[in-house]
Amino acid sequence: METYLPVIWAAIIGLAVAMYVILDGFDLGIGILFPFAETDRERDQMMNSVAPFWDGNETWLVLGGAGMMVAFPLAYSIILPALYLPVIIMLLALVFRGVAFEFRWIGVTSKPHWTFAFAAGSALAAFCQGLILGGMIEGIKVENRAFAGSAFDWATPFGVLCGLGLVAGYGLLGATWLVMKTEGRVAEHARTEAKLLLLAVLAFMAIVSLWTPLAFERIAVRWFSLPNILFFWWVPAATALVAFALWRWLETGHEVLPFLATIALFLLGYLGLLISNFPYLVPPSLTIWQTAAAPSTQVFMLMGTLVLLPIILGYMIFVYWIFGGKLREGEGYH
Amino acid sequence: MDLDPVLLARIQFAFTIIWHIIFPAFTIGLSAYIATLCVIWMRTGKDHYRQLARFWTKIFAVSFAMGVVSGIVLSYQFGTNWSRYSAVLGNVVGPMIGYEVEAAFFLEATFLGVLLFGWDRMPPWLHTLAALAVAGGTLLSAFWILSANSWMQTPVGYEMRDGIAFPIDWLTIVFNPSFPYRLAHMVTAAYLTTSFVVLAVGARFILAGTHLEHGRTMLRMAVGFAAVVAPLQLFIGDRHGLNTLEHQPLKIAAMEAHWDGSRPGELVLFAWPDESAEVNRFAVTIPHGASLVLTHSWDGLFPGLTSVPPSDRPPVKPPFFAFRIMVGIGMLMILTGLTGVWLWWRGRLFNTRWFLWPAQYIWWIGFVAVICGWIVTETGRQPWVAHGVLRTADAVSPVAAGSVVTTLVLFVLVYGIVGSLGLYYINRLIMRGPDGAAIEPPGAGTPPWPSATGRGTFGEPA
Repeated sequence: METYLPVIWAAIIGLAVAMYVILDGFDLGIGILFPFAETDRERDQMMNSVAPFWDGNETWLVLGGAGMMVAFPLAYSIILPALYLPVIIMLLALVFRGVAFEFRWIGVTSKPHWTFAFAAGSALAAFCQGLILGGMIEGIKVENRAFAGSAFDWATPFGVLCGLGLVAGYGLLGATWLVMKTEGRVAEHARTEAKLLLLAVLAFMAIVSLWTPLAFERIAVRWFSLPNILFFWWVPAATALVAFALWRWLETGHEVLPFLATIALFLLGYLGLLISNFPYLVPPSLTIWQTAAAPSTQVFMLMGTLVLLPIILGYMIFVYWIFGGKLREGEGYH
Repeated sequence: MDLDPVLLARIQFAFTIIWHIIFPAFTIGLSAYIATLCVIWMRTGKDHYRQLARFWTKIFAVSFAMGVVSGIVLSYQFGTNWSRYSAVLGNVVGPMIGYEVEAAFFLEATFLGVLLFGWDRMPPWLHTLAALAVAGGTLLSAFWILSANSWMQTPVGYEMRDGIAFPIDWLTIVFNPSFPYRLAHMVTAAYLTTSFVVLAVGARFILAGTHLEHGRTMLRMAVGFAAVVAPLQLFIGDRHGLNTLEHQPLKIAAMEAHWDGSRPGELVLFAWPDESAEVNRFAVTIPHGASLVLTHSWDGLFPGLTSVPPSDRPPVKPPFFAFRIMVGIGMLMILTGLTGVWLWWRGRLFNTRWFLWPAQYIWWIGFVAVICGWIVTETGRQPWVAHGVLRTADAVSPVAAGSVVTTLVLFVLVYGIVGSLGLYYINRLIMRGPDGAAIEPPGAGTPPWPSATGRGTFGEPA
């Protein structure tokens, strides 16, 4: 029990983070693409395509955070102080872009300001999430089961690289979402942007894939030692294949497949990060077992989660189905 | 400059949580009101109930967005600013917060999209169901978060091992001694808060001579509700206070500014509590009053502040003054509700200017009462973050004071901008009224509702 429970919880939180990255990824991506839209009407259409979903999407972030507090309180109490500034700035950026969904429609003269707030807030939140990811991969200094580093440990070139990579990645998710959900100029525009963003994302993925094994021996050993390499070689191969297919589908005018391929690309990248770092929750020192909550706590929460999580997924699918189909130009839910 | 990291973390948390509670206090009540309007509309078929539901839904959307984004901040602050709290109490408090997210947050957030944008896309019964789901979600949210907070006030069902709290009995933890009282008190407070916003908007419409039918409906519903529920809240609050006396007597002592427990308590109507001299200055009191209220006997004794050393006492001024403001507002609510119902009975509710004119300005009183109530219960728990288990000073994160100051300034700036504009926009939505344009159409001359042409009964173009 004490061996398996933390693994189950790591899987649940891993699921929550993956759901968050994909779902809020595409609506943050809409904000990231905002500056490149030609008219305000296009921006309205872009925003309308995600308006009914963003709130539910962002809730996965809360589940990721709260889930970690429940199942791995020690990791939660070390990671968040270590990444204090990027976490809080990310939250503030999410405040701005979140209220922009409502405020932008009510204010008439202030609309350009909320357009800016939505774009800048989305990009800044994505960038900070990349900094957080980079900071975790690079490792957190721990003494006596508490964070013992300084306030700017996360401010490194690698962190900036991850930040920019995530901005590009969310942009790609947003662009392929628009290809799927919209028509006309917005969709055409998004298709062009998606190709450029795909190239950028692949470049960032390649750099991170080379940088991490070179800089961190544990990651090099994980990937390149025998027999590990026999188990893992397909991950980069599949990534290359998916990227190629995505490019083709963007060229040949497919509407739904590019979005699905982008999700696959994200999941493969995510899997790569998991392979690099498992079972460390606070790399390089604390594992999921060392940071786990009391078994009674994990069981109590697991009982509810096993019932509630399928229900949550069920009604989320229901809502996506209600608001399914294309959003035509000039249409909105508002 | 030598900054106290504990004080800074406390200021930051107080600021962000006070700002946050405004919105749940409103949206718990407003979602229930919208659901009620939807149900009445389905049963009576009267269209102005649907228009009212739609009108309040727009306001709900703005408030809910602000509540969500500020709530996400809080769920991370337990780690960023109070990491020792999470490490020591996470085993016990964690699941309550986890259940709030899984049972409530997702329900509200997901069905909010349906409630906001589904007017033209689904049959009325399904839309009403979405309204009920959101209202139920906000209630569940209150259930779990108040359970967590109540456990911090009255911790039970746990044991300490190596300085870490471990759960023993979950049922005891969730339904800890102060939880039922706090839940009843807060949910009632949220409903009352909203009813006074509805009351003020109704009065405003009637005085302005616009949207008269809507205004009358709102006014009747609000005064009727307040006349019944505001007195009920007085009763619930009294029971809550007696429960606090049993479990956290020093909080009561601070609320009453009761220093010497060896003498019967006076009911202090006004005073300036002097914490260093341990006396009340400029006191206006009713002798034996507090003993009568709290112990139901003339000479009843209850613990005073001096029964423990100063380092174990809560601060006195915040709970003392906040309690008086909260009770004062409660009395005003009872008076308003009863006066309104009396005028209604006499047939003069809609043309009594001396009632309507002040009524249009009292939308904020419930919010102040809620904030004051939380100030009472949270400052009254000090110096503990979890009563008797963990001191606030021992719960803070190992984060540089400079980082906390920086983010505090950012929070004040961002929340200041977002909060004041949110208020401004809500006011604007109210001025537009229930039959005005919903929201600025995107671009000139485009129909803002997707399928307004198809379904006649349902899709009323803005």
